Amino acid sequence: MKEKAKDIKSREYRSVTQVAGPLIIVEGVEEVAFGEVVYIRTPEGDSRMGQVLESQENLAIVQVFEGARGLDTDQTKVRFSGDIMRIALSKEILGRSFDGLGRPIDGGPEIIPEARLPITGAAINPTARAYPNEFIQTGISTIDGMNTLVRGQKLPIFSGAGLPHNELAAQIARQATVLGSEEPFSVIFAAMGITHEEANFFMNSFESTGAVERIVSFINLADDPAIERIITPRMALTAAEFLAFNYDTHVLVILTDMTNYCEALREISSAREEVPGRRGYPGYMYTDLASHYERAGRIIGRKGSITQMPILSMPDDDITHPVPDLTGYITEGQFVLSRELHRKGIYPPVDVLPSLSRLMNEGIGEGRTRADHLGVSDQCYSGYAEGRDVRSLVAVVGEEALSERDRLNLKFADIFEERFVKQGADENRTIEQTLNLGWELLSTLPEGELKRIDEKYVKQYYKKGS
Amino acid sequence: MADQNTGKIKSIAGPLVIAKDIRGCEMYEVVRVGQEGLMGETIKLIGDLAYVQVYEDTTGLKPGEEVVRTGAPVSVELGPGIITNFYDGIQRPLVGIKNQAGDYITRGIDIPSLDTEKKWDFNPLVKKGDELVEGDYVGEVQESKVILHKVMVPPGIKGKVVEIKSGSFTVNDIIAILDENGNKHELMMKQKWPVRIGRPLKEKLDPEVPLLTGQRIYDTFFPIAKGGTAAIPGGFGTGKTVSQHQLAKWADSQVVVYVGCGERGNEMTEVLLTFPELDDPNTGEKLMERSTLIANTSNMPVAAREASIYTGVTIAEYYRDMGYDVALMADSTSRWAEALREISGRLEEMPGEEGYPAYLGTRLADFYERAGRVITLGKERRSGSVSIIGAVSPPGGDFSEPVSQNTLRVVSAFWALDTNLADRRHFPAINWLTSYSLYLDFVKKWYDENIDKEFQILRGTMMALLEKESELQEIVQLVGQDALPESDRAFLEVARMIREDYLQQHAYHEIDSYCSKEKQFLMLKVIMKFYQEVNKAIEAGIMASRIAAVKVKDEIARMKYTPNPDFPQRYEELIESIETEFESLRNQQ
Repeated sequence: MKEKAKDIKSREYRSVTQVAGPLIIVEGVEEVAFGEVVYIRTPEGDSRMGQVLESQENLAIVQVFEGARGLDTDQTKVRFSGDIMRIALSKEILGRSFDGLGRPIDGGPEIIPEARLPITGAAINPTARAYPNEFIQTGISTIDGMNTLVRGQKLPIFSGAGLPHNELAAQIARQATVLGSEEPFSVIFAAMGITHEEANFFMNSFESTGAVERIVSFINLADDPAIERIITPRMALTAAEFLAFNYDTHVLVILTDMTNYCEALREISSAREEVPGRRGYPGYMYTDLASHYERAGRIIGRKGSITQMPILSMPDDDITHPVPDLTGYITEGQFVLSRELHRKGIYPPVDVLPSLSRLMNEGIGEGRTRADHLGVSDQCYSGYAEGRDVRSLVAVVGEEALSERDRLNLKFADIFEERFVKQGADENRTIEQTLNLGWELLSTLPEGELKRIDEKYVKQYYKKGS
Repeated sequence: MADQNTGKIKSIAGPLVIAKDIRGCEMYEVVRVGQEGLMGETIKLIGDLAYVQVYEDTTGLKPGEEVVRTGAPVSVELGPGIITNFYDGIQRPLVGIKNQAGDYITRGIDIPSLDTEKKWDFNPLVKKGDELVEGDYVGEVQESKVILHKVMVPPGIKGKVVEIKSGSFTVNDIIAILDENGNKHELMMKQKWPVRIGRPLKEKLDPEVPLLTGQRIYDTFFPIAKGGTAAIPGGFGTGKTVSQHQLAKWADSQVVVYVGCGERGNEMTEVLLTFPELDDPNTGEKLMERSTLIANTSNMPVAAREASIYTGVTIAEYYRDMGYDVALMADSTSRWAEALREISGRLEEMPGEEGYPAYLGTRLADFYERAGRVITLGKERRSGSVSIIGAVSPPGGDFSEPVSQNTLRVVSAFWALDTNLADRRHFPAINWLTSYSLYLDFVKKWYDENIDKEFQILRGTMMALLEKESELQEIVQLVGQDALPESDRAFLEVARMIREDYLQQHAYHEIDSYCSKEKQFLMLKVIMKFYQEVNKAIEAGIMASRIAAVKVKDEIARMKYTPNPDFPQRYEELIESIETEFESLRNQQ
């Protein structure tokens, strides 16, 4: 009879021997697959979902997404589904809202699937990738001018508690356009452990643009089970791949807040008594985060693309914290929000010095933005960096001790923040406007100081006598 | 115990599978796991249990599925077809995987590393009756436009040539037969070698020849020798990968092996797109004609990442054995160490620092020790080299962590990337005060003979200037620039010139990206000339502010954009401009 058991797709057991944190151990099981989906029925009759983390002969360790509250070692029933975790997808997901495990929460019907895809996703073959080089205009000067976003890029926002990262992400989602392109565009919004207020803010913001039918949301709120968050980004990214590569859609995925995701990962890891890496986060967190972030990109011969914008809050604004640190090593740059700028009342408070877009060089220049773009960006950057240095010097030695050059740089830093960085939450600047503004500010510096821009552009754009 | 070569899965946890009832397994033997025959490697043996790290995703595996021994250690296939190819961490060709599996890498794919169909023109270099020993050339194949692939007698084999062919063959065809006291050895164009064992060599030589990179900060200030080792540690955004790409592009080695270990997919795509486009300044052919790429991106299976740097260094050693100078770039060794840590954690080994296994240091040392300038096997005395340049990604940019520290113990050149420099877009963001190279004395003679005796003197002067600048900067931070004496203020202008006009090098500028050794020398001389004139001017009592305002400074700032061949003429012009302008300064006085 044992031989026949192989054909039986699902098997049910009542042999839970241990409940510890988010994990349960089931004994006496047979041929449980690694990664298999598990359905659990509590003594009260509630249904829960789980996944096999470790499979041994006769024993399986299962993580329970909705938490282990109410489970016991006596009556709890565990059914192994015989399948790995999948998500039901069709084009009908556009405009819909799901919970963190991909179940509809908007009162609408279940999705009639065109495809049921495994949520782990495979790695894109590097030879199949198309290099991202299409400029996305976000209408925000610090992004377009200084740290350009391109289609297929993964570019996170590093923020802190109380900073307007949500406003910035929503503004980007509203304003993002590719110059001269009318191709289908949609936004996938994956929320992990954010508050109702934050979720509502995003929903209202999307609604105000009248583009609700372009949005798919996967929502795990702060009071939803924490372990569910392990699955949420995988669901969202599988949906993104489906839309991008089956329906030629350009998808922007907003993942917020990745710090909450990592904390759920840490919870599982500590429940499994694994050797911790830095600050108790598991040693494989880099690989785990990469398995999400690397799902951004473009593929040769396919029209769609996946652009990712993860948001993560840096505990105590510490950029060396493992979550922003490992993220920065995987993503193609980062936008760093600054508390100091925020206090000065500057929105968006993007600190351009530690911010970076690694794919910028390919996305800008003649034919994409403007030929002088790279030079303007480099020169603004260096002027601002020097001005900031001088600012800290002034605090010590006073303004009188400054050289003429230092004074100009100091002034440049001030007007750069006031005019270039600062803009309205609905202000949508074209790339032309951003670059011209850059020249206007650069023209306050002596012409000879503009060493990072090709002479011919200095001749063309420098406004003498400013 | 009917079949000892087959066992069953006992448990699965992530990339680690434990197999039972499997006896006689060796350490680091390849096994096939489960119905799909996933490739794995044994990393721990207890009785009839084998602990296997699986090189592919293990989702869906079940206890009870078969585990089959292959009897062979993890090996690479060495032969024509490696150059211009693009592999994953266990030497499967990625283009082949794409043809078979589509845009995504699925599992259970088995593709030969070398194309078995392709015919190569084999040109014999020996004749019947010749006595050959291990490492001797048997023949040659034009592998790419610039690489003449030498087919060698594999290590451990010798004998008299009893048959030698000429013509068009695949890598699996027999091209020669050797007779060793009645034992017949059939030779093919390919050979196999286990990746975890260094290929044998005759002797190691001193690293006396620099590996020129066309990058001013390395060549002038912190050179690496051919056969040397270097580490580039740096936090994210400091330009590790761009530095590695620059080295892969412009280093004057004949063969480049680029290992993308646990890094971004798009970066590998970038290499794939740019290398076939760019010209090698040494051969004039495209860079791809001398390169092979190994990519195990961060989302590809973690165990294969651990294997990828060994795959890379074994290939590098193979080309070294032909007599080539090979440069291996590993980006990033931290990701390799993390893979090691993950597997170690699953084995429940007692962790050392920060969860890394206690043998991290030994493994790193083993890897870097495979670099070297050597006399290869073979009767004829020929030399070749493998230089290893490893990127390190320390968490939080803090170099006190275990991977950085263990790497520092074994490498001889240390190029420290600095977040502060990167934040002000000083690229390459190599900190000139904390970096060092132990090869300076070794390569001095070569510089004296091949560039100019003055070169090292100029280097010393410039380094001293930079050193002094950092001291002065501390004072400036406290009391402001106005408090400095005139001479020091003028002097800061010179130091700034070294930093901005010499050390900063634009990787994406078509001319500045590569700076020849001659141009480097002349650029140094220009700055030296400026420095001397500044000194004279100060002696003549000219104010620092007037020195700072000289127009020739702007000309010097743009000298890096003058093409290499035109530079000698530009040099003359610059020297003249400097003299003229300072003379008129003094005359106005």
